[in-house]
Amino acid sequence: MNQEYTSIVKDHFFHPRNVGRISTPSGSGTVGNPSCGDVMTIDIMVENDMITEAKFQTYGCAAAIASGSMTTEMIKGKTITECKKLTMDDIIQKLGGLPEEKTHCSNLATDALHKAIDDYQNND
Amino acid sequence: MKQIYLDYAASTPVDSDVVKAMIPYFSETYGNPSSTHKHGRTAREAVEHARKQVSSCFNVDPKTILFTSGGTEADNLALKGILFQHLPKDLGKGPHIITSEIEHPAVLQTCKQLEAYGYSIAYLPVDNTGLVDLDLLEETIVEDTKLISIMYANNEIGTIEPVEKIGKIAHKHNVLFHTDAVQAVGKVPIDLSKLPIDLLSLSSHKIYGPKGVGALYHTKEITFDPLLQGGGHEWGKRSGTLNTPGIVGLGKACELSKQRLSNDINHLQKMRDYFIEKLNEIESSTLNGHPTKRLVNNIHFRFEGIEGNALHSMLDEKGISIATGSACSSEKIHASHVLLALGLSPEEAISSIRFTIGRNTKKEEIDYVLPIVKESINHLRSISPLWEQNE
Repeated sequence: MNQEYTSIVKDHFFHPRNVGRISTPSGSGTVGNPSCGDVMTIDIMVENDMITEAKFQTYGCAAAIASGSMTTEMIKGKTITECKKLTMDDIIQKLGGLPEEKTHCSNLATDALHKAIDDYQNND
Repeated sequence: MKQIYLDYAASTPVDSDVVKAMIPYFSETYGNPSSTHKHGRTAREAVEHARKQVSSCFNVDPKTILFTSGGTEADNLALKGILFQHLPKDLGKGPHIITSEIEHPAVLQTCKQLEAYGYSIAYLPVDNTGLVDLDLLEETIVEDTKLISIMYANNEIGTIEPVEKIGKIAHKHNVLFHTDAVQAVGKVPIDLSKLPIDLLSLSSHKIYGPKGVGALYHTKEITFDPLLQGGGHEWGKRSGTLNTPGIVGLGKACELSKQRLSNDINHLQKMRDYFIEKLNEIESSTLNGHPTKRLVNNIHFRFEGIEGNALHSMLDEKGISIATGSACSSEKIHASHVLLALGLSPEEAISSIRFTIGRNTKKEEIDYVLPIVKESINHLRSISPLWEQNE
């Protein structure tokens, strides 16, 4: 690869988990801009303050796709309070690291997640 | 895993005959070509033989060939070497150099540097296929214009510029014409005895020669303010001990390129057209650049809904080497200046990738790569929010 990615990143890039949309999500967040090469959407289903389902879509590089996939894996079964605390570094750590110039890709995933949570709380 | 190389515009493998020609000049004939003793004279003979091989490739006098460290140095020498003979304060405010928006960074960044020194540069726009507008070029020339620098063929999209017409316009107004032919050599017949070109940059490693050597063709009467001062090598125009093995390699690569030119063009064109035809079958795919005025080895496509770097990574992991024009920096992706100059949106530019084929590319390799490319595009589109919006 053009950057050295960890085997975890490669695995999530080639076999992303939870790809797609939820038809009637509790909350939905889209961030990024196609002209900057990055768009991320995360949909969440929330029951009793807990995320029961999460889906994502990404237009972007391998690191962005892997970050979206990993984020959805990490938030399932967690409470909204726990998910609100999730940071870019948590995702990077779970991915086994990202090349320096790719760390903002994980930020995109947490931004989309926090937007989805805001959307859910505003709908509530 | 099978490794397939489809990035010949970035570099080429050194031909085995070239390697063979170079080997004696490392440890056997190691003298400095500038020394007058036997060891030096033997090395000098090899350098001058190589100069003849390069010059005969372009049908010109050997004295017009000046060896450099590569295409970048040749471009820098052509532009700065000529402009540094005139101080900006002695020139008017009109453009001193006319170039295009789609030049290689070796020319564009040199122009930016010259601008910072006070020189005035006009960057000509191109149409949506990458061609410069000849009327606009002629209108842009003023009395202070010292040089026109327009590439022979573009390194990203492969568009071949009308260099003969550009040169005629330049000469009509007594302006020198430089062309960066780094990508064109070996893929386009170039007879410099007939073309109105005053300076031409070429690079060895793009034509199956070694890296670290190139040449600047320049008509004999042209003088430079040298970039490198020293022992006065290359008629005082470029000091620095001559890279004998590299120069011998470049000479041999040029000789082979001349011998194989028509075969290479024939083979590459067939492979290119087949590759383009097959990639066109992919939904929402578009060829970037010019349909016919195009280098025989260039296949440049955009695929809606995907990001080029992601496709690059996916193919790389599957053993296939290609190129994207966009560079990922800390915060955002920088779309290629060439693709933006064609009028593509940043999104279209970022969705683009380049395949460049070479002398060794076989149809079987293209057939091996095609389904992997299609599969990878489908995979990335299945993840992409932009593709869903399209459906």
